[in-house]
Amino acid sequence: MDTVLLAIDLAVVIEKLTLVVIVVSASLLVAMYSTYAERKVAAILQDRVGPDRAGPFGIFQPLADGLKLFMKEEIIPSKSNRFLFILGPCLAMLTAMMTSAVIPWGGTVELFGRTIDLQIADINIGVLYIFGVVSMGVYGIMIGGWASNNKFSLLAAIRGASQIISYELAMGLSLIALLMFTGSLSMKTIVEQQMAPGHLWNVAYQPLGFLIFLVCAFAECNRTPFDLPEAESELNFGYHQEYSSMKLGFYLFAEYINMFISSAVMATLFFGGYDIPFLNESNLSPNLAAGLGVLALVIKIVFFIFFFMWVRWTIPRFRFDQLMHLGWKIMIPLALVNMLATGGIILWLGK
Amino acid sequence: MGPILLQAAKTDLNSSINYLPIAIQLLFAVVFLAAMMLLTHWLGPKRQTADKLEGFESGIPSVGNARQPVAIKYFLVAILFVLFDVEVIFFYPYAVNFRALGWDGFKAVLMFVGFFMAGFFYIIKKGALTWED
Repeated sequence: MDTVLLAIDLAVVIEKLTLVVIVVSASLLVAMYSTYAERKVAAILQDRVGPDRAGPFGIFQPLADGLKLFMKEEIIPSKSNRFLFILGPCLAMLTAMMTSAVIPWGGTVELFGRTIDLQIADINIGVLYIFGVVSMGVYGIMIGGWASNNKFSLLAAIRGASQIISYELAMGLSLIALLMFTGSLSMKTIVEQQMAPGHLWNVAYQPLGFLIFLVCAFAECNRTPFDLPEAESELNFGYHQEYSSMKLGFYLFAEYINMFISSAVMATLFFGGYDIPFLNESNLSPNLAAGLGVLALVIKIVFFIFFFMWVRWTIPRFRFDQLMHLGWKIMIPLALVNMLATGGIILWLGK
Repeated sequence: MGPILLQAAKTDLNSSINYLPIAIQLLFAVVFLAAMMLLTHWLGPKRQTADKLEGFESGIPSVGNARQPVAIKYFLVAILFVLFDVEVIFFYPYAVNFRALGWDGFKAVLMFVGFFMAGFFYIIKKGALTWED
């Protein structure tokens, strides 16, 4: 009996390990090319050409940038706290790499006689898991900024930490209305509900909840208009000012991975995940349906990443008191009202 | 016997076996990070001087140390976050069981939101979130 269980576990472990490697590498690749896309989108919006030297249209630019980060000298300032200085970027990157675990990337595929779920872990607290891991990200910023022993880094880290925790409240509240709808915290269940015939995407039922979540996602990712931890005009470079080499790379990478993951979360929770509108997936062969589903999710994610960049070059940065005012005095009450209104309407219609 | 067990593990959302892949991912991420850190440590040049290892504060020699108190507002925000986040977490089990609890649950939550808002207005009136002095 024991041996049978062990054998099953090994097969599952290999399957999951392969999936983990694919998903994490894919998120790293997307993060790499987000840096390229960011520069190209900026160039297009500002009527420039953008990077075009490394390879055709400059598509090898991220590789060159990554290699450069590896080859740079590693500097740990003499005044800094050595251990925490190294721990900071590692934590930021670790949390960024962990969030992809509960996102359903597609349906199921049949390979080698096995039915494989295109999701690393389908746990019944998926949404809570994401919140838990994302809120760990604040430690990366805070530890890195504090350990640098630099006043600019410290100020930026404290700003970043208070910004992230403030918007986490509104983010958590905005999802409660959605959860009343779905009655489940599992990401897969939420997607399957949206795929069911006669059920629209959740954004149709929760437009306000989505809007609050979107704004909070911008703030959580430190993206413009909420990029105060990296306000160059006030804080030199931000909480990663003293960092160089791949440790700096980790901070920048973690930010782009977070952007990718929050795009994926928004697409999953509000825009049907791997659902293709007006298409009945059950008519297709399972593998083709799963492939198209993954493609649909990728298209949605790419759109959101583009949206992040579009906003960056459209809206100027907030002032810190404006940011806190928006987060605490507008977003939180709005999310509460949305929650109560949703609850009241569901009960009123349901009974 | 084997495939049946596997099926059971896959469909049961409450089984703790579902958390195994997260452990795998954590292990993979830690190994990846350690490898990257070592690689960049080996690849980069090492020509360090005392000036290079100074903190950078816009090129001006830095005065004192960054281990000093900062504005109390940030700490207020942090402690208020802890308070309110705990309250937000209480909403989650309610949201999941929302339909089963019906109007009775809704009334109870209205009361809870009332307490939440009372605390919220209190901190705003106290000026805990006022950033301009």
